[in-house]
Amino acid sequence: MRYLLVEDNIQLARAISDRFALEGHVVDHAKSLNEAREFMDLTSYQLILLDIMLPDGDGRFFLKTHRVNKNTTPIIILTARSEVSDRINLLDLGADDYITKPFDFRELEARCRAVLRRQDGSADNKLELSGTILDSLEGTLKTGAKIEKLRNRELRLIEIFFSSPEKIFSKNHLMDRLFSFSEDISENAIEVYVGRLRKKLDNSHVKIETVRGLGYRLISLK
Amino acid sequence: MRLLVKNGSIQRRLAVQLSLVAGILSFGLFMLIQVVAETAAVDTQDKILRASAISIADSLYAENGKVRLELPYAALSMLGTISQDRVFYRVLFKEKTLTGYDDLPVQAVEMLERKNKFSTFQYRGEEVRSVLIKRSIAVDGVFSDAIIIVAQTRLGLNVISQKITRTATTMGVLFFLFGTGLSVWAAHVALNPLNRIAQAVTQRGPKDLRPVTGNSPSELKPLVDALNSFILRLKSSALRTEDFISEAAHRVRTPLATVRTQAEVIHRSLDKSKNKTALRDMIRALDESSRSAGQLLDHAMVNFRSDQFSPSEINLLDILKEVCNRLSPLAGLKDITINNEFQEDNCLFRGDAILLHNAIRNILDNAIKYSPDDSIITVKCHWSKKIIVSFEDAGRGFSGNEYTKRFTRGTNVGDVIGSGLGLTIANEVAIVHGGFVLISKNKKGVGSCVSLILPTF
Amino acid sequence: MRFAYFTYLLAAFVFLKSFALAFEIEDNKYYEVEKNEQILRIISTADIEAFEPIILAFQKEFQTIAIDYVVASSSQTMEAIYNENGKFDLVISSAMDLQTKLANDGLAQTYKSLETEKLPIWAQWRNQVYGFTHEPAVMVISKKEYGNLPLPKTRDQFVELLRRNSEKFIGRIGTYDVSQSGLGYLFATQDSRNTDSFWRLIEMIGRLDVELYCCSGSMIEDVSSGRLVLAYNVLGSYAENSLKKFPGLKIISFDDFSTIMMRTALIPMAAKRPDLSGKMIDFLLQLHSKPDLVALSGLQPITRHNLLDDKRTRPIRLGPGLLVFLDKLRKENFLRNWESSISQE
Repeated sequence: MRYLLVEDNIQLARAISDRFALEGHVVDHAKSLNEAREFMDLTSYQLILLDIMLPDGDGRFFLKTHRVNKNTTPIIILTARSEVSDRINLLDLGADDYITKPFDFRELEARCRAVLRRQDGSADNKLELSGTILDSLEGTLKTGAKIEKLRNRELRLIEIFFSSPEKIFSKNHLMDRLFSFSEDISENAIEVYVGRLRKKLDNSHVKIETVRGLGYRLISLK
Repeated sequence: MRLLVKNGSIQRRLAVQLSLVAGILSFGLFMLIQVVAETAAVDTQDKILRASAISIADSLYAENGKVRLELPYAALSMLGTISQDRVFYRVLFKEKTLTGYDDLPVQAVEMLERKNKFSTFQYRGEEVRSVLIKRSIAVDGVFSDAIIIVAQTRLGLNVISQKITRTATTMGVLFFLFGTGLSVWAAHVALNPLNRIAQAVTQRGPKDLRPVTGNSPSELKPLVDALNSFILRLKSSALRTEDFISEAAHRVRTPLATVRTQAEVIHRSLDKSKNKTALRDMIRALDESSRSAGQLLDHAMVNFRSDQFSPSEINLLDILKEVCNRLSPLAGLKDITINNEFQEDNCLFRGDAILLHNAIRNILDNAIKYSPDDSIITVKCHWSKKIIVSFEDAGRGFSGNEYTKRFTRGTNVGDVIGSGLGLTIANEVAIVHGGFVLISKNKKGVGSCVSLILPTF
Repeated sequence: MRFAYFTYLLAAFVFLKSFALAFEIEDNKYYEVEKNEQILRIISTADIEAFEPIILAFQKEFQTIAIDYVVASSSQTMEAIYNENGKFDLVISSAMDLQTKLANDGLAQTYKSLETEKLPIWAQWRNQVYGFTHEPAVMVISKKEYGNLPLPKTRDQFVELLRRNSEKFIGRIGTYDVSQSGLGYLFATQDSRNTDSFWRLIEMIGRLDVELYCCSGSMIEDVSSGRLVLAYNVLGSYAENSLKKFPGLKIISFDDFSTIMMRTALIPMAAKRPDLSGKMIDFLLQLHSKPDLVALSGLQPITRHNLLDDKRTRPIRLGPGLLVFLDKLRKENFLRNWESSISQE
């Protein structure tokens, strides 16, 4: 996935870009609206993350012209304001969603996912391993005719496995990515979700294997 | 007079002043009628007196070297036509009394030289009006002067004068009453534009800071301008306050976001469990402080809007749906499902959408926060006599006495910081709308139920 | 000129009660009451005989008021009021002009009461002179002496009648001596105002050796006795009254006009008991509601509409107009004309 981040605060922009990179997304950073327009002329993006207060103008103005030009690329606004009136205004102007700073990255991710899901699901969002297809936008796991609906955490867990089959993920790593920092979760919680996924992967050629002492990995049985 | 009107209304002052003018005019009218009519009456008497004297003069003739007079009947009877006044006359020839009242004074002889032949004096105990005319009569070819004096008491004139005074008084009083009535009316009408402006300003909502427009007389323009300039300043001040809140939020939130995101990135790259835990604690502290900051900002905003409460017609369900949609990704992170149970499609209510949005978001946010993973939050909205919006969760709930002491700032559920403020915000919004927030145990046993209870209108 | 009733006047002198008077009275009567507390002193031109019924009726109503009733000629009455301060409380006179002059000269008191308010405006002057009767000037004839000559309807016809039948009327016509009688003068002057025939008439009766009288009463007596064939300008009320006594009389009113005199009352300025006078005035003004008394006295009371209805009647108006014939020069003229007309020989 390729995202465009329009944010004048360089530190924040760098942090967000780094954070998205960890999830395997590419983020181009534009420091101003003009830069953003230049980026958009060069390449196309699946999603735009837009700050409101920018040195060369108001993000809302950009949003408006974006929609007037019939550009369908979804936009999520990053706002430092909590006012609901702002929010309503933003949605009216054509924003797909917004998130108030500071944010839990997982929430941003979830919102991105939700916005993208509302777009037509493209092939990019589907990962396949040994005949089992993970549609991360739909949140489904398809093995032949059998379609398993995944809950949020299950989806995010299996996404991690599908993004790097054969790679071993430690329990700690998985916990970090699955649970928020405010939650006190025991390591066993991962086992619960792994257990659920295994159940949903029954009758498929894909399996989550426990690597004793190290963690879990996704393997193909073919 | 000063005291009377010093602090009184302009209307009364205007009415009093106009009434004074009416009074002066009335008195003027009274005097005018009096003078004109009395002059006319005196004039009438004078004319008759003169006619009488002339007819006497015309009856003088010389015969056999003597002046003779055949006093015409009409000469005196005409004086009796308008009043029952006493009549006196005297005819002199060569300064000797020919006939009539020989004690009737000839004091007006010198007046003959002047135009004024009339005089008024006391005679036989009464005031009389008299006329004096001179006629030359030739006796044996020698002309000599005959003087004719006719006098009449002024009883009839007094009667007429009294009648005139009565009429003039009546007219004056009527005119004054009419004038006063007119004054009161005029004062009222003159102040109508002022009242209109006052009413227009009074009827406004507290948030309505549009300038006062509409037709106002040029005299009121300075007032309206001053009012408008004041409104403008008030408006900019209100905007500044709002801006300040937003600005404060912005200033705090952007660095927090940077720190938090960077911390997350670092957290991922660390291997040592000990360091990870430290960073994790740091992120938690960041979250809590940003959440508290958010709630404090919310609270400040709620206070600000409550002070300028201006309700409008809204659909409560729209707000509920929006908030639920908005928060469902957040809930999804914990695999929490939000279920809606709404009675109908519309729940019309008069209130401040932004405040209600805030209240509902805070309640739902709280519910999500305290709900365990894989649980369900049910949002219900039903109404009959009152509108009840309830949020049932499967959270840890509140302990016994906490059900009553929810709404003070800074009290928290157990160890979760900032939980109290969310409900405080919700409660304040409810109170502004004439309702309240009720916390009860969930009927299903586990968790609690927070209800926002609002009056129907 | 002869004054037939000179003797009568002398007789009156005999009965004079007061000797220091500056005026002459003709008659006097004192009407006593049982409780003689207050005296109303009236000076009047009306004969005792004519006025007595009214006095008696008044005393029936006011039983404590004694009345001293003095009869005098109108000119003497005038003299009395001018010169005798406070001798009289009430003046009743048929000489409207003299009464008016009294009021005009400031010798009358203003009096107002419920009764005076009811009076028509023309029947009073200045609330000082009140008319209480209206009495026409009429001609009285003796039916027997007049014979069957045609009755004249106007003064012109009357003059014509006298001219044609002069031998029948010589020395047998009576009228007022205007130089003696105020009422006679009033009637004559009003006649002179109202008709051009007046002087012709005077000339005619003068030629016929007219007898001159002081009073209506004596004229009527002489007509009824046959001494006179007719008397001109006799007070109608007296004539009416005499009809009962002397059925041989006939009253004639002319169609061209008939002068109407009002008998008037006034309270002299110097009156000592104006309250009693007021009572008498009120009583007199109520005359119209006392038909018995009207019949008894023969005085026609004032009513609101009786005078102006008839075109033939010429009521004498109260007011300054009446002063004209009292003017010294005018009166001299009139009397000179009158005398020269009457005594042509």
